[in-house]
Amino acid sequence: MKIDLQNLTIKSALDAMSRKEFSCADLIYSVFERIREHDGKVYAFLELLEKEAMEKALETDQRIASGSPMRPLEGIPVAIKDVISTRGVRTTASSRILENFISPYDATIVEKLKDAGAIIIGKTNCDEFAHGASTENSAFGTSRNPWDLMRSPGGSSGGSAAALSASFCLASLGTDTGGSTRQPAGWCNLYGLRPTYGRISRYGLISMTSSTDTPGIFAKTAYDTALILSVISGVDKKDATTLPSAPEEYHSKIDRSLEGLKIGLPKEFFQDISDEKSAEAISAAILKLKELGAETKEVSLPHTKYAISVYYIITPSEVSSNLGRFDGIRFGSRSDLASNLFETYTKTRGQYFGPEAKRRIMIGTYALSSGYYDAYYKKAQKVRTVISNEVNDVLKEVDVLATPVSPHVAIKLGEKSDDPLSMYLEDVFMDTAVMAGLPALSAPAGFAHDMPVGLQLMGKQLDEKTILAVANQYEKATSWTEKYPVL
Amino acid sequence: MSKKLTSEEVIKIAKLARLELTDEEVEKYSAQISAILDYVSQLDEVDTENVPITTQVTGLSNVSREDEVFPFGREKDLIDCAPESDGNLVKVKSVF
Repeated sequence: MKIDLQNLTIKSALDAMSRKEFSCADLIYSVFERIREHDGKVYAFLELLEKEAMEKALETDQRIASGSPMRPLEGIPVAIKDVISTRGVRTTASSRILENFISPYDATIVEKLKDAGAIIIGKTNCDEFAHGASTENSAFGTSRNPWDLMRSPGGSSGGSAAALSASFCLASLGTDTGGSTRQPAGWCNLYGLRPTYGRISRYGLISMTSSTDTPGIFAKTAYDTALILSVISGVDKKDATTLPSAPEEYHSKIDRSLEGLKIGLPKEFFQDISDEKSAEAISAAILKLKELGAETKEVSLPHTKYAISVYYIITPSEVSSNLGRFDGIRFGSRSDLASNLFETYTKTRGQYFGPEAKRRIMIGTYALSSGYYDAYYKKAQKVRTVISNEVNDVLKEVDVLATPVSPHVAIKLGEKSDDPLSMYLEDVFMDTAVMAGLPALSAPAGFAHDMPVGLQLMGKQLDEKTILAVANQYEKATSWTEKYPVL
Repeated sequence: MSKKLTSEEVIKIAKLARLELTDEEVEKYSAQISAILDYVSQLDEVDTENVPITTQVTGLSNVSREDEVFPFGREKDLIDCAPESDGNLVKVKSVF
């Protein structure tokens, strides 16, 4: 039977399956049929798990038929970014150094999804080791934006964004270290949530920047986003940086009215929107929030302009440490041109890492080296404190902050791939939340030049429910989430 | 703090990072990395006197658990990940 995947959400799919409108097997079959038809153009996936998914679908249908209660994500097809470990399945980080690596274990978030009944349908493409803002750094080719196949879906979680945007799944997981979930969500008309640092376990994520990495959630509606958050949040013994506070049932807490809610508009974030039409869409979105009862207030975050520099010292420094494990010894590729142990390291890493990974490793090695550590890494950690304190102080006067996600709509492929620094500057609105470990959500907020525009909502630590509530009320008053790209 | 890296410095950093680079890469990366280091040097403008560093933002410290020992049982799965192995040992070039 033909299922209308483009208008389906997790909520409506669970409803349809419990009412037997269609079976899980129908749903999973439709998903793979659509992938077969369109992923040749979109290139969202590096690995597809059709056989395993169909088996799971049949099991799911048996469970439902036998009257077992529906689990929170029963039978829901989910795609997983390839920096997240999946047991028995290739996990490459979009890098040739892990091209044939089959992970022996599941990330905690993958286990949680499976325990909730979700069906993992495949691994998605991304910038190599999550280094990038366009997915063009993937060693296996770039993914394309389903809204315009000549444009980038964003990065680094571009494949996860493209997969959901093209309706190849009903949700996807990414990661967000410097905007890698929020920015692709903004460019693809999706919700992209960066949770509070420590809200969701990082166990099983291929580490990039340990002090800022978070798993990221892509979904089509605020409700779906909140549902996934409820399922995958929580303390984890295997990740000592997870916060002990119990996860909330977020999806039941997002219907509050916005009357009296204070939304801060940091003026520094509205100075750099290079595209006028994007700026108009954002202004209209903010006006709509006021109509819904929120009060807006101009605030200031004077150190915003330094966030990128802090990020691009801390990130490569921690990357240089985290990528040290890729040495051709215990897992991954090993160069066969090495004639001694030292060359096993240097040739394996030289041959199999891509250029951006190597650049970041080198910048980090330099910034952490004796004589430079104080001037670079330590200085960056201090400015990080300044930026964190600044945003937390402002959040004492308001409930959430609203900003653009990106200075412009999705870039054309190839537009910035020759200039690494120019690609770094894409992160301009993303890094503030990262510095302070605050939750931030990208919500569909309109279109400019026929391409999606995202609104960012940043909240206080562990206050995901407020930013999701704002997004939810905005969603009910608009119809952006009903639009989908025609492939 | 602003700096233009020489090829020698790039080669030295690459050696520390255990990366073998081609001559082309050394030249290309030295220009790109210099540009990036130049950009981030704007942090010199920020007064950070008496500002403590941020190492992590959770506020947690000393998160511990019981040191329970249990049999793992999946050693073979891990050895199978290695590019070369011999029985339950990972095989590498000689260390000395």
